[in-house]
Amino acid sequence: MIEALPPLPFPPGLILIAGGLLLPLIPAALRSGWLLLVPLLGLLAVWTIPDGVVVSTHWLGYALEPVQGDSLSRLFGSIFSIMAFAGALFSLKQTRTMELAAALAYAGGAVGVAFAGDLLTLFAFWEVMAIASATVLWANRTTGSQRAGMRYLMVHLLGGVVLMAGIAAHVVQTGSIDVVSLRLDTAATWLMVIGVLINAGAPPLSAWLPDAYPEASWSGTVFLSAFTTKTAVYVLLRCFPGNEILIWVGLYMVFYGILYALLENDMRRILAYSIINQVGFMVVGAGIGTPLAINGAAAHAFAHIIYKGLLLMSAGAVMYRTGKTKCTDLGGLFQSMPLTTLCGIIGALAISAFPWTSGFTTKSMVTAAAGHEHLTLVWYALEAASAGVFLHAGIKFPWFVFFQKDSGLRPKDPPRSMQAAMLLLAAFCIGLGVYPQPLYAMLPFAVEYVPYDLPHVVKQLQLLLFAGLAFFVLLPMMKRTLTITLDVDWFYRTGLSWLVGRVNRYGGCLWSLAEQGLRTVWNHLVGSLERTHGPAGTLARTWAVSSAMLWVIGLLGFYLILYYVNGS
Amino acid sequence: MLPDLPLHLPPLHLAVPLMAAPVGVLWRRPVLAWGWAAVVSAVTLLMAVTTLVTVLGHGPVSYAVGNWPAPWGIELKLDILSALMLVLINGIGLLTVLYGRASVQSEIQASHQYLYYICYLLALAGLSGMVITGDAFNLFVCLEISSLSSYALIAMGKGRKALTAAYNYLVLGTIGATFYIIGVGMLYMVTGTLNMADIALHMQAAPVNRTEVVAIAFLLVGIGLKLALFPLHKWLPNAYAHAPTAVTTFLASTATKVSLYILIRVFFTVLNGAPLLASHLWAEMLVPFAIAGMFSASLVAIFQTNIKKMLAYSSVAQIGYMALGLGFGTVNGLAAGIIHMINHAMIKGALFMAVGCAVLRIGTSASGAVRVESWQGLGRRMPLTMFAFVLAGLSLIGVPLTTGFVSKWYLMMAAFEKGWWLVAVLIVLSSLLAVVYIWRVVEAAYLRPALPGSDTSRCEAPLSMLLPLYLLVAANIWFGIDTRFTVDLAQAAASALFQPVTGLNGGAQ
Repeated sequence: MIEALPPLPFPPGLILIAGGLLLPLIPAALRSGWLLLVPLLGLLAVWTIPDGVVVSTHWLGYALEPVQGDSLSRLFGSIFSIMAFAGALFSLKQTRTMELAAALAYAGGAVGVAFAGDLLTLFAFWEVMAIASATVLWANRTTGSQRAGMRYLMVHLLGGVVLMAGIAAHVVQTGSIDVVSLRLDTAATWLMVIGVLINAGAPPLSAWLPDAYPEASWSGTVFLSAFTTKTAVYVLLRCFPGNEILIWVGLYMVFYGILYALLENDMRRILAYSIINQVGFMVVGAGIGTPLAINGAAAHAFAHIIYKGLLLMSAGAVMYRTGKTKCTDLGGLFQSMPLTTLCGIIGALAISAFPWTSGFTTKSMVTAAAGHEHLTLVWYALEAASAGVFLHAGIKFPWFVFFQKDSGLRPKDPPRSMQAAMLLLAAFCIGLGVYPQPLYAMLPFAVEYVPYDLPHVVKQLQLLLFAGLAFFVLLPMMKRTLTITLDVDWFYRTGLSWLVGRVNRYGGCLWSLAEQGLRTVWNHLVGSLERTHGPAGTLARTWAVSSAMLWVIGLLGFYLILYYVNGS
Repeated sequence: MLPDLPLHLPPLHLAVPLMAAPVGVLWRRPVLAWGWAAVVSAVTLLMAVTTLVTVLGHGPVSYAVGNWPAPWGIELKLDILSALMLVLINGIGLLTVLYGRASVQSEIQASHQYLYYICYLLALAGLSGMVITGDAFNLFVCLEISSLSSYALIAMGKGRKALTAAYNYLVLGTIGATFYIIGVGMLYMVTGTLNMADIALHMQAAPVNRTEVVAIAFLLVGIGLKLALFPLHKWLPNAYAHAPTAVTTFLASTATKVSLYILIRVFFTVLNGAPLLASHLWAEMLVPFAIAGMFSASLVAIFQTNIKKMLAYSSVAQIGYMALGLGFGTVNGLAAGIIHMINHAMIKGALFMAVGCAVLRIGTSASGAVRVESWQGLGRRMPLTMFAFVLAGLSLIGVPLTTGFVSKWYLMMAAFEKGWWLVAVLIVLSSLLAVVYIWRVVEAAYLRPALPGSDTSRCEAPLSMLLPLYLLVAANIWFGIDTRFTVDLAQAAASALFQPVTGLNGGAQ
């Protein structure tokens, strides 16, 4: 933190929210400057907040603590502000002011949650995020984005009301609204954790994420990927560390993300599924709950926001230039988009936890924590999943988009501002990989973890696994692209396609059956609701006075009988 | 004489608008009638605020009309709830009059405009009278004054449907009032008095008997009809949809709220101490219908294509929340009901005002302008109006930092306090339905292109309409953040209502 400056008398998130709301009023010529300035001011404000309660006020008869600082809050507040800046830089060419205004408010909501010292403030910013992020989606103004935006908003408001019900019940039971670490031993805390997990993309409602994110504009997805799920991770780390159920929820998410990403063809959908996979690691970390695991999950969230942002920026740049998103339509773009390709590869290496990238120095802490706690099964599962991450995000995305067959497309690298944003995040990915100490210093607990020292067997095994896989898979493929394009996909055809086919056949059958069933039930439900409640339905028609009277008499009779039966 | 004026303030709340109404007939020109109504509304609002300050400072005010002490004479009784209602009614009244000038001009034919202002003043008198009186029969008289004038107001809407809607309302409203008076008559049989506090004293002493029980059934059904409690709500959607928008705004924000006041007054003051509230039957009589209304009416709203009707059905659903709060039968539940009553007046007032702005600019046909399709592209055409609609809509949904959230929060707290977890979950789930119907309007206005052939030039409503609209929107946000006024007063009013009546404090002070 910066001690020279006094902390602001209001939540730093409000700077971003106000900046976003004011954006449409700023003259067009100054908008770019405004867009870049607001996140930087937000970052500065984040760093002026010392430990402890900074601002307190009263609302609804409770003492609120809208700003309460500590290292975990500052860590998440910083990365949210940094990502808002990078996203704004990337989006300077975005002409839809509505999207950018909503994106800044969205980031502000996330920063606000990170510093909320009480549950009411947390919930207020939580809802700001839901509405602002849905607006980011809607700003794309396609039929798909409108529908997806509505589905997205309904899921998040559902999560919001479940969280709110939990908070209200918690307040009634304990009288406390403080954001503290909670055990899952009451119905109230269960409701709260369910509300938070819905935002994290946990089962059974994970589908909102890959459903919505790819429907945003080329710049909107970059914002969407950064805040919602990571805010949920923050709340899990803050309020629910060490609750074992989270380990299993997280593991499910890890594998759900991998499987579906392998089946997917749309490049942004691949990356969306991989968000669920990555957030799964963090949820596992929250579930383990030891200092090492919490450090790991927090550091992973920090690094993940950066490399996922970078990956989606490179995908966004491709989309900006070509308008296409399907892997089968793309390919061979490395020839004309060298910088985008390079940045995409750096992002892919980082997400695969390749040494000297930020993924390596952060992600393995969670796995190591599992090892420390002798959670053997969890440890094996996470190691296996790390290999899976390499397959779907580390290879599949850059390979199909930038190499593979030549699609004949020759788009140029994107405009300078977008290049600058990508280079900034790429620099972060490498920088944190080579020199992670500043990040470690920001973590909530003292770090005894030495990534490049390889003192533990766990660490060594993992590194070997990654290095082996990287060599085994990357080398032959890189060579073959230059020579024969036809048989480069042997790996996919033999190994992967078998797995994919199996999953596709059995999983797909089950899925489509389930989907069909759900759809039928849903259609029946809506149909019968419309029959009764639609404009021509019984409940919406204008009733004759006589039938209204019938109800009056009926109700009177009901009351009289009620009293008679109760023997008054 | 003048220093005595504050002492005689209670009857003036009724007398001033009641006397001003016939004077209004002299001003045939709409602008003069409008000015007269505005001046009278401003005066009555000032009086209402004075009364509220007095009541807060010195406790309940009792006034014996004609110096006949209770229980023989008519007693006017002003406690916190009454004073709060007075401020609400007159505040909304002044805003709708100021707002109504342009709207009335476009929606009511010129020769009838002065009648609108007169009927409005009569309705105001009746509504104010209901909340100040301490006499059960006097309340019926005021109810009739306000009802008759509101039938006339609704019938002023464009098109023949306004007439049938008003007629329908007239029949059902009269039945409601009749049921009320039947109930009061039965109470009179049991107790021999019409003074509310006196009835309450007698009821505490009297053993339970069948007459009292039948009286309760009649009272609840009768008041439920005026309140539009599901399933007695069928008069409301048509009345709101076909009335002139200024009328809808006024009635939606005041008339049903005063009906809720009667429900509270009758069941918590008059029947205070009756075994009813202590028994679980109170909840059984109210809660199932409240919850059914919350869901059913919201679902109907979702399928509606007429925006006014959609908001009207949403009102029925919101009345469900208020009735639910009462149904908890606890101090906090009652407070939650009162809080939502105040908040919903601000929310619906703002929403209907925004509709009126849109109707003014979109067109002439009464039903065409309130169809969802006609609002396509309105976000660009009327940005200020639509922004206000969005903000008020967020408040209706219950987003934090709006009044709607405050309502939802206190309702939830009351539900959890009672241990009714399922009800609490139903409250939050039904609030999601509001998202769907508000969203349909927002989607049409912001994300859909304007209908081909329609006017797309930017054309905002006049300032005289926008200012009252934004004042209400600002109130929605202000009272969502600073809840001292609404919540503290509602809680004080609720706990006062739970105090048993100990005696008559009639006679002029």
